Amino acid sequence: MNRHLLSINDISREEIESVLATARKDFLGLPQRNIKKVPTLRGRTIIDLFYENSTRTSTSFELAGKRLSADVINVKSGSSAAGKGESLKDTVLTLSAYRPDIIVVRHPHVGAPAFISRFTEAHVINAGDGKGEHPTQCLLDIFSLMQVYRSLKGLKVAIVGDIFHSRVARSNLLGFQKMGMKVTLIAPPALLPRGVEALGAEVSHSLDDLAGADVIYLLRLQTERHQDANFMPSLREYIDRYCVGRRHVRRGQRVLHPGPINRGVEIESELVDSDGNMILQQVEAGLAVRMAVLYRIIVDNAVPAAPAELKEGGRKIKAARRTLNRELQKTS
Amino acid sequence: MIAAIAKKGTKATLLIRDARLFDPARGLDRRGDVLIEKGRISSLAPAGKDKAAGQLVEAGGGLLLPGFVDLHTHLRTPGREDEEDIASGTAAAAAGGYVSICAMPNTDPVVDNASILSSLIETAETEAHVKVAFLGAISRGQAGIHLSDMWDMAAAGAVAFSDDGRPVADGGLLRSAFQAAALVGLPLSLHCEDVDLAGRGVMNEGEASARLGLAGIPAAAETAALGRDLEIAAYEGGRVHIAHVSCSRSLELIAAARRAGVQATCEVTPHHLLLTENDVATGLDANFKMNPPLRTEEDRRALVAALAGGAIDCIASDHAPHAGQEKEAPFEEAPFGVVGLETAFPVLYTGLVETGAAPLEKLVLAMSTSPARVFGLPAPAIAEGEEANLCLVDVNEEFEIDPDGFRGKSRNTPFTGRRVKGRVLLTIAGGRVAYNKEGF
Repeated sequence: MNRHLLSINDISREEIESVLATARKDFLGLPQRNIKKVPTLRGRTIIDLFYENSTRTSTSFELAGKRLSADVINVKSGSSAAGKGESLKDTVLTLSAYRPDIIVVRHPHVGAPAFISRFTEAHVINAGDGKGEHPTQCLLDIFSLMQVYRSLKGLKVAIVGDIFHSRVARSNLLGFQKMGMKVTLIAPPALLPRGVEALGAEVSHSLDDLAGADVIYLLRLQTERHQDANFMPSLREYIDRYCVGRRHVRRGQRVLHPGPINRGVEIESELVDSDGNMILQQVEAGLAVRMAVLYRIIVDNAVPAAPAELKEGGRKIKAARRTLNRELQKTS
Repeated sequence: MIAAIAKKGTKATLLIRDARLFDPARGLDRRGDVLIEKGRISSLAPAGKDKAAGQLVEAGGGLLLPGFVDLHTHLRTPGREDEEDIASGTAAAAAGGYVSICAMPNTDPVVDNASILSSLIETAETEAHVKVAFLGAISRGQAGIHLSDMWDMAAAGAVAFSDDGRPVADGGLLRSAFQAAALVGLPLSLHCEDVDLAGRGVMNEGEASARLGLAGIPAAAETAALGRDLEIAAYEGGRVHIAHVSCSRSLELIAAARRAGVQATCEVTPHHLLLTENDVATGLDANFKMNPPLRTEEDRRALVAALAGGAIDCIASDHAPHAGQEKEAPFEEAPFGVVGLETAFPVLYTGLVETGAAPLEKLVLAMSTSPARVFGLPAPAIAEGEEANLCLVDVNEEFEIDPDGFRGKSRNTPFTGRRVKGRVLLTIAGGRVAYNKEGF
């Protein structure tokens, strides 16, 4: 992996497959054990810097760090210095003085993680930047799909909903295509970013086009970002035309949703509770994938770019891998 | 799209004998008979040949035309049924030779949701004399803030969307409206007016307003808004219909936009084709007050030339009934708007065709086939197998326009007393006789 994970474009197809293999082999089974913890990142410090509300992503990153035995510190915007007028740059410089190994950042503005990376020695992982990207969500979605499909190549996925405001849609459009999948975006015109066809997607305004998809990927309406603009005549009319229910899903189609779910808006309640969907599998995958990302971003960069006290290089990394494997054998 | 027409009465079975059958869209212009059976044209036989039929109409060489279609009628229902209702408005339409009209949504309450629209369609199905289609508002309450229930209204049968009378001031809202309309494949009919430029104006800003001491509405109030609206339509690839074009500069902007590929159509009213700001000065009669206002003679000539040349797609009445007491007021106090359904053909035939300013062919196309196409309504046609949507006109006898004879409820016409030819004798709409002149 690269030094930072800011965009899904920072990671190649081969690296994705390798990181997801780590997630599957080393971390997916961990929650089933009595001791759900490995000492892999013992002594490491991870700061989760969240400037936006989050449940699953922040929980998942926190738990991932803790299960890797790292020291995890959560900084939320409401209780942080940012609320006292400190600039993002100064907050990052301050936190970096503690020599964290990784800063996981969520921010309402596009490009904030990249901005942060200029002021810290730590690895920066983008946990969602405004309408920009959400690369770990993309990785966990690819992971979830790889659990059920032998190959993703040629798989057709329809992403439905508020594409315009969705960082998940943007990362997934890029990431899914990287894996050889064909992507159709389905939304009313105002909820599609202008020019999105240039990114390689087919565009549709009708749920009728779900029929040709293998995978249905639903997105919630981000009404908190709609404010005064008119993205649709009314919510009711949107629901009439774009709420996906069981009648839209045929046997064999898989339904994914990154959450949070708004039952009865983009997805009918019955579909949430039915077997066809992979929503909880995605959450489960999220933990394993984020553990793999935290682990690999340190291990892969250890030789050339590790903090000063780790400069012994590959030897220690190999030792770390050995320790990890021992621990895994012990606990299984 | 749902065009409602009353289902009462029977489908006409009659023979129209010896008429001049004139349907320019079909290249038809010859003397002949038209046999209508159960509301449908069953035969176009050569003139004089006798046929067995329910009823015989001796046309005596009168002009038989595809019935007229109006894209811009104010039926004032709901809310101002004292000025017009569906029954009276469609009776006026039938008397003017119209077989389909499209009602604007600036009523009280505004037609901004499917339940109001559906109830209007339902009312029309019991009361209307001609086909009625309805436009939905662009914004909720025409307040220019939130989109109306455009998708619901499209499903309920709206033919287009318009905030006519309350131009869309917010460019962002207009963009959203184009995006929402595109989803359901319907056009926006735009009243182009920068209300800040129009200010408190009551007539065209120019020589006449200067002489009279009245606040003027500059042509730029129309063109500034039109330019913006066309740019947004171009950017969104939207279908746009420009309502009541009033000045020559607007024609240039529309022509330029079309050359650039914008799907733009436009309409002009009979009064803008025939009257100017100087007619306001004559008597400061509030029946010459409308929005957009009557412009200059130069503008009028440009509009006529554009109609004759085909650059203007259609003629729309902008039929805007007002109660007598409202118009019987000083010019500045009176509301904007004039009625037009019952006078459109005779004043235009006399003012444009008889004078040689525009060919009959263009007038008929602009009043029937073209407007039908703009809103995707079935186009009236004189052809075998078609539903009978026709009007028979006498172009020989001269008569005087007398508002007291109007079928509509309001009398606010600027054409009172005008000597004209082109009286409508018979209108068949939706296969039913909707109007026949007394004694005919």
